[in-house]
Amino acid sequence: MLDFLRTRWAQGTRTSPFPDGAIEFPERFRGRPALDASRCKLGCQECRGAMPSALVVPGPDGRASLDIGACLFSPEEATACQHGAISYTRDHRLAARGRADLVSGSGELPGLEALEAGTRRLFGRSLRLRSVAAGSCNGCESELVALSNVVFDMARFGVQFVASPRHADGLVISGAVSRNMLDAVHRTYEAIPDPRIVIAVGACAINGGPFRDSPEVENGVPVGIPVDLWIPGCPPHPLTVLDGLLRLLGRLEEGQGRLKA
Amino acid sequence: MKTFDELGLRNRRAVPFADVPKETVSRFRDTVLQAVRDGWRIVALFGCPEPAGGTRIVAVLGEDTRGELGALSTVVSGGYPSLTPECPEAHLFEREIAEQCGIVPEGHPWLKPVRRHPVDHGTVTGGAVKDRERYAFFQVHGEEVHEVAVGPVHAGIIEPGHFRFQAHGEEVLFLEIMLGYQHRGVERLLETRAWPNAVLVAESIAGDTVIGHASAACGAIEALARSRKTPRAQAIRGIALELERLANHIGDLGAIAGDIAYQPAAAYFGRMRGECLNLLMTISGNRYGRGLIRPGGVRFDIPPEMVTEVRARLEILAEELTAVGRLMLKNASVQARLEGVGVVSRETCVDLGLVGVAARACEVPRDVRHDHPYGVFRFAHIPVATAWAGDVLARTLVRWLEVQRSLAFVIEQVSALPRGGILAACGALRPGELVVALEEGWRGEIAHVIITDDSGRVRRHKVVDPSFHNWGALAAAMPGNQISDFPLCNKSFNLSYAGHDL
Repeated sequence: MLDFLRTRWAQGTRTSPFPDGAIEFPERFRGRPALDASRCKLGCQECRGAMPSALVVPGPDGRASLDIGACLFSPEEATACQHGAISYTRDHRLAARGRADLVSGSGELPGLEALEAGTRRLFGRSLRLRSVAAGSCNGCESELVALSNVVFDMARFGVQFVASPRHADGLVISGAVSRNMLDAVHRTYEAIPDPRIVIAVGACAINGGPFRDSPEVENGVPVGIPVDLWIPGCPPHPLTVLDGLLRLLGRLEEGQGRLKA
Repeated sequence: MKTFDELGLRNRRAVPFADVPKETVSRFRDTVLQAVRDGWRIVALFGCPEPAGGTRIVAVLGEDTRGELGALSTVVSGGYPSLTPECPEAHLFEREIAEQCGIVPEGHPWLKPVRRHPVDHGTVTGGAVKDRERYAFFQVHGEEVHEVAVGPVHAGIIEPGHFRFQAHGEEVLFLEIMLGYQHRGVERLLETRAWPNAVLVAESIAGDTVIGHASAACGAIEALARSRKTPRAQAIRGIALELERLANHIGDLGAIAGDIAYQPAAAYFGRMRGECLNLLMTISGNRYGRGLIRPGGVRFDIPPEMVTEVRARLEILAEELTAVGRLMLKNASVQARLEGVGVVSRETCVDLGLVGVAARACEVPRDVRHDHPYGVFRFAHIPVATAWAGDVLARTLVRWLEVQRSLAFVIEQVSALPRGGILAACGALRPGELVVALEEGWRGEIAHVIITDDSGRVRRHKVVDPSFHNWGALAAAMPGNQISDFPLCNKSFNLSYAGHDL
């Protein structure tokens, strides 16, 4: 008993200062990618050959745009541009409401619009989620598990993962959706009572990630399952997921991202 | 012609594929069976389409006491007499060959789907393997015998897999495991994507084993390109591999504590797992070490100021770990709860060809770092931790011992990094060669076997995750246990679905 109390005392309180305090990511952390338009040469397509992902897509003016949903956050995606136009920022906020919102000329993402008032009233202070891994590597799931540890402690915001889709308000899909899981994904979605939300976590669920165009996968969440929140990353940092969820629920103030009173 | 053990094949040493003996089917079979009786072990057994038609079956064997590897092959079309009835460790490999190549291992005792490959390698199973949708599970009949089906969607954040229990009351009579739900076609992607970008696929074979699989894949590529890593790169790879082991073992200790409702250790270990991931993030920019391991070495250095920081964080971690480890493992009720649950005997371990923590917990001291040393492990040795009881407690203890030894290793290595560069050139691959790269991932032996064609392109890239050897151990450990102990048994192995399913 004394050992237990001593250890408890030594462990202290370890909860992350998110969202009200400052969070320091290490210098090498690869957060949201950015594109420096002044360095991106008009009509130059060199990066696309060297790129290990579909991060670069044709932009509106003949220059490149970034599809952050496709980003694998590898060092190679930045070095693929010989002119140094692509770099990683340390910004962990990556989530978006619409798939098209993840495509950006500069890498900057639009503000995330919260759920409409009615749904927010239902889920805002209590959201129960069902996770389904479908053709993943277990990286995203590891970070989803980490959300429940004492550091990220997602439950302090009223968000929890539950065991049954019948008990859930929403579905979290990770993985490229293997053909072997397609049926299970649809059936889990159908088992969740309306109103329900769907969250796609990780590059795989958004566009297939590193497994893109393998004949064994669907390149992400299949057509027919409407996605309310897209969270890029490979895998997304737990705070990236938490930030996306809280902004979806309208719990964070814009700008500093502090918790609303 | 050389025999299978005269090729000079070693961990990460390529040999001409033409030297690999091409035996008749019966000689191939006899040689493999005799070698296994003589103490060799199946590292990999796979099919490779022959340019002239037919399928070349390649067996890679390992001899752990001498650190030797051997390879032999045979060409078959249609079918061949199965090895499994006399050599149970071939069981899953032969099912995989049937599914990937449409070759029937005749007399195989349980030929059923591994992952269902409708398109792999351009072949269909040709009716050799039954359609998984209409697959009839093994059933036990009798009064009060009942069946419990779990998955593929589980009651938590867990990868998909299906478990079918035959139970009598609480007692499990039989467990059948059906996997394949995570199948993404990894081997095919590794064979078709160009290096070095293919390393991103290798990093995603199992997301908790990024360093292990990327190091094995790069080790094979480097051997084929005759690229030599600098001592500094080797040390950084070793540090990253042990940090990955620390993160996962600590996480598993916490999860085992959670499964027996010992909450303090679950909470503290859960947090400390994150500290190890954060160390990997400091070094590589990603919590799982993505971006670090690249053909030719590593992409990120550990400069002197980072050494100071990493050391300081590790020393705090060491102190906290010791306190929590003692708290949990000295507790009599924790010991009593783990003891005698999910026992795997030493004989079963050897028969099934188990690797890693699962094997070492049965007093079978298999450890690639020790048996087939490579990179930094040729100079810096980590003692092999074993336990003898083969139960959940033994697997917990092995993890705890390895945590302490890996931590000491990382502190030692980071304090004395060799000078020099970190990334050597890694160019074109030698044509017509076979290479085996073994890596002791935190679950056990990871094997990547690559065969190049006449123009130096990857002809076959075979991946064997330790889980592929070890899933059978979970099925063997369950009978006689209570069905409510399944989560605990499962967690004590903590096998990868993604690594198995590929």
